[in-house]
Amino acid sequence: MVGMADSEPSSKCEVTKRHDPPMTSLPNGGPSKRQRETASRTRKTLRRRRATNAFMVGVLALSAVLATIPLILILYHLLKSGLSSVNVDFFTNTPKPPGETGGGMYNAIVGTLMLVAMASVIGMPVGIGAGLYLAERKGTKLANTVRFLADVLNGLPSIVMGIFAWEFLVKPIGHFSALAGAAALAAMMVPMVTRTTEEMVSLVPTSLREAALALGYSRARTAMTVVLRTATAGIVTGALVAVARIAGETAPLLFTALGNQFTSYALNKPIAALPLQIFNYAVSPYDDWHAQAWAGALVLIALVLIISLAARAATRGRIDLGAD
Amino acid sequence: MSQSTPPGRSDEAQSLPQPFDHGIEAAALRGGAIVDRVYDAAITFFALCVPLLLLLLIFEVGKAGWPAFQKFGIGFLFSSEWDPVNLKFGAAPAIFGTIVSSIIALILATPLALGVAIYVAEFAPPWLRQPVGFLVDLLAAIPSVVYGLWGVFVLVPVLREHVMPFLRDTLHLGGTPLFSGPAYGPSMLAAGVVLAIMVLPYISSVAREVLLAVPRSQREAALALGATRWEAIRGAVLPFAKSGIIGGIILGLGRALGETMAVTMVIGNRHELAASLFAPGYTIASLIANEFAEASNEMHLSALMAVGFVLFAITLLVNAVARWLVWQTASQARSAK
Repeated sequence: MVGMADSEPSSKCEVTKRHDPPMTSLPNGGPSKRQRETASRTRKTLRRRRATNAFMVGVLALSAVLATIPLILILYHLLKSGLSSVNVDFFTNTPKPPGETGGGMYNAIVGTLMLVAMASVIGMPVGIGAGLYLAERKGTKLANTVRFLADVLNGLPSIVMGIFAWEFLVKPIGHFSALAGAAALAAMMVPMVTRTTEEMVSLVPTSLREAALALGYSRARTAMTVVLRTATAGIVTGALVAVARIAGETAPLLFTALGNQFTSYALNKPIAALPLQIFNYAVSPYDDWHAQAWAGALVLIALVLIISLAARAATRGRIDLGAD
Repeated sequence: MSQSTPPGRSDEAQSLPQPFDHGIEAAALRGGAIVDRVYDAAITFFALCVPLLLLLLIFEVGKAGWPAFQKFGIGFLFSSEWDPVNLKFGAAPAIFGTIVSSIIALILATPLALGVAIYVAEFAPPWLRQPVGFLVDLLAAIPSVVYGLWGVFVLVPVLREHVMPFLRDTLHLGGTPLFSGPAYGPSMLAAGVVLAIMVLPYISSVAREVLLAVPRSQREAALALGATRWEAIRGAVLPFAKSGIIGGIILGLGRALGETMAVTMVIGNRHELAASLFAPGYTIASLIANEFAEASNEMHLSALMAVGFVLFAITLLVNAVARWLVWQTASQARSAK
């Protein structure tokens, strides 16, 4: 590690390497005693400083290795404990009662896809619209307020969103529903999409906007056909990142979508979701259900990773907006 | 709205139609003006959704928690009695657990996160930069419930069988209150460790960005004076990035405070103010997750809403401080350029 860092062809390291002080010889021939002492002391401190440098590079490299270990461990255990239960049954069957092996999570997979789709339909237009507003009205009081509040919402614990959705949607209506769950997820999505959209729209060069306006485009048309078009890759990335995050959320669904042991397509009925099912199975006392929970977690991670990778791919290869 | 916009593109665009006020073009432009007005209204509406949502949330959760606040007053925050049957509610154990588990998480995660961030931003060879950054960021993509699952079946047994006995007996820390008592698996320590893994990517990605935002001149000046690279980082880069990095740490704290599922699964869920990290505890989020569905009466529900409100207030404060610090570094870096 140390060697790699040192051999990196950069002007930065050269500085220290050429540091040995060249002692200019004096007219009376050779350096004085004091000068020799100074020189040797300098060399000694320099050795110590270089050693400290090498040591710190080692420590930093080690922490980089340590930081990746949890991820590797988690993925390893997911594969080890989950892979054996991921089969065709898992994707096509509904859960079996405790004690019976087999069964699947078809209901939960369908539920998660429905919840995420509905949440996206509700949350994305709001988020993108608000993001456009923030970018186009940069510097106004309202824009600054909305930006700050979006950040506040972004940091809001998801469980608080859950009890809010329960109080606002479930309690008045009187029963748990897929729609309430989707609304809670959408509310989590809005601030995320708002902020990424704003960032991406802000990166669109002013000259493009001005060119469109100079051609007589209305501002609306400029926004739709020039600004959003240019920022599409970035906005898609941001939206996909938001989708990946809400797909794994459990807390907002606990008291809204509730979960369901059966497959349900109804919007006004409780619906299953992968994270909910994983939670319920993990805290249950049955070994079969634990195995199913691992399999569910593996599928959920795969889903989230695929969406995340798609998000990365969306930015790459297209216009480089400086993101990433 | 148009008055409040600074003289710029949008104003020019609005004043554009006038000189061409004749014939077909005028009609087209008027059409454009109407579309513009609709567009303005639409994006303003969407933007207003954000504050509306937040206000609604504060109102609804506050309203639902009000009966509990009213009945128990300030004692709600300091009493440790939680008895749904006798309608006695005090949130002290949950608030205590929330703070303690988050602090453990920060103590464990911060050095590691800063180490990765500095390594990736300053030392890693270019080909290693992206993969390491990506792997650490990937931790943030793992759903909370998966951390919980892993925590229950992998981490907790390891802590109970190896780490806790090691800390208590091998290192002889058993005498201190922090590491005493029987080694339960689900515990404050387990919650802290899981949280540490979960906040690691947040701290490291903010720190990395802040470090990359430090102007080159800052490093080069130190190196030109003969500093080693580590000295340049310690003496010139880190002081410059300090408030941003602290902001990142506090942002991580905000995440840790509100984390629900993983904590619920490994903390043991017990109303108890225990000094030992080996003892089970409760956090606000896990308390809500655990009891909300089975809330037996109105006051129980209201008390849960009230702790939810407290959690909201704490995270709001923490996040506001964090944003301010990160923002400050960013503007400092801009002015230095």
